[in-house]
Amino acid sequence: MTPMTYLYCMNGIVKRDVLRFLQQRTRLLSVLVRPLLWLVVFAAGFRSALGISIMEPYSTYITYQQYITPGLGGMIILFHCMQSSLSMVYDREMGSMKVLLMSPLPRPFLLFSKLVAGAILSTFQVLIFLLITRLVGVEIELMGYVYAVPAIFLIAFFLSALGLMLANLITQLENFAGVMNFVIFPMFFLSSALYPLWKMQEASMMLFLICQFNPFTHCVELLRFALYGQVNEIALGVVFTSAVLACSIALITFRGRS
Amino acid sequence: MSESIGENRNQASHNMSDGRSSNQYGNSAGIEVRNLSYHYGKMQALDAVSLTLSNGINMLLGPNGAGKSTLFSLLTGLKTTPRHNVKSVRIKTSTKGAAPKPTCEISVRGVNLQNTRTDIMRSMGVVFQQSTLDLDLTVQQNLLYHASLHGISPKTALRNIEDVLLTLSLNNKLNAKVRRLNGGHRRRVELARALLHKPSVLLLDEPTVGLDIESRALIIKHVRTLTEREGLCVLWATHLMDEVTSADNLIVLHAGQVKAQGISNKLCAHYQVGSVAELYRQLTANMEAL
Repeated sequence: MTPMTYLYCMNGIVKRDVLRFLQQRTRLLSVLVRPLLWLVVFAAGFRSALGISIMEPYSTYITYQQYITPGLGGMIILFHCMQSSLSMVYDREMGSMKVLLMSPLPRPFLLFSKLVAGAILSTFQVLIFLLITRLVGVEIELMGYVYAVPAIFLIAFFLSALGLMLANLITQLENFAGVMNFVIFPMFFLSSALYPLWKMQEASMMLFLICQFNPFTHCVELLRFALYGQVNEIALGVVFTSAVLACSIALITFRGRS
Repeated sequence: MSESIGENRNQASHNMSDGRSSNQYGNSAGIEVRNLSYHYGKMQALDAVSLTLSNGINMLLGPNGAGKSTLFSLLTGLKTTPRHNVKSVRIKTSTKGAAPKPTCEISVRGVNLQNTRTDIMRSMGVVFQQSTLDLDLTVQQNLLYHASLHGISPKTALRNIEDVLLTLSLNNKLNAKVRRLNGGHRRRVELARALLHKPSVLLLDEPTVGLDIESRALIIKHVRTLTEREGLCVLWATHLMDEVTSADNLIVLHAGQVKAQGISNKLCAHYQVGSVAELYRQLTANMEAL
């Protein structure tokens, strides 16, 4: 096996996932509609109710739209990754997963390539979303995009690995609805995606602590700082460590199952 | 059947061998399985199965639930084989104490599956019972994906795709979406995919089920021609007796055990039956009674 063999393989896996995604145009539309509704409708309704004071990384008072943009970017990644893991469960049930597993290349590498494919697709979707947010007055400087791309990729890699972990645990397609209630919603709402954590602290200390331990909070903060051309080192450390952990567990549990 | 499985198996594999010709792969057995057992919970799916499959067509017959698909999953490494899993076979020994359990072993072209998965997967092409094509992609995209999983460069893959589709009369379907193909064409695409990386061992799990006569005939003809030309070792699971020719190596699997193995016409003569269908009925009689 030469390095080129691995490269052809990863390229094939990524290309296949991109092709499948492009075939399902409604999927891209639905991925964008959800956060845009939040941005246009929800944020407009709450902008007067929630005043966002000066806090890092912002240097002045900001609009609520500006505040929730990184959180909604995180939401896109979260939903996309969970949908990808759903399709893995589907592939496993329908038998298409066998094609992947019959490859002579090591299985951990094959799954790693799947995670990379998921991360690339998520990055693409979030970038489209960020470009659209300009229409509602969310301004991001060029350096923000430069910093955001690797941040989104890392977040997406982590959440894809988390999705794969869940796909390994789920034995039936029907059980996946539970993931929505027990993983996606708690992760999203118990984070700094929609409100700053100091507001949560005012309401409940316990919820504040849970939010702080939620790795998705750090995903959102990593992206928030990146959009301002800054690196939140704590968030980067937490997301990177979580990605390594989730990836390792996903690969080990997958090997065990297969 | 009053004969023990072991005796039966030995008779089949030793006395009824035709010593089929060797080829580029030499005299090594295509697939060799020893003492393979597998169970789902308390249900024994395979019970101490031993097989030696040489180059050529090896037809695997067995009723539903006989263990054919489990055997395929184990041969392809989709299920793992426990090393010491034999309960029913005992090795006779003069020494006191418990007899050691025989070790389960699967080897393809002389390479042990448990040790070297990579080399085996490279030499193996599989058509699964269930369709595993991506319906939203074209034939070419499906085949390119498979080629990439084997680390084949796109350039070489495109050349191989052209060759294999031409042989299977599918060259005009290159850019067709799989969803738009009929059942026969889809099955041929699966066969094309199995052959794309030029394997030396081909596993076909009921490849002609649900196909019309023409599509079946084309697949059978192609596999037989290719087997003869390339010296492939083919394990072909089927329910359709008319797919078995008198020169094929026949394996009858029933309730997880090999009931008979040998050249089809010799097996029929041994059991004093006129056809493969009669032989099959005789060997799986207790199943039919159920």
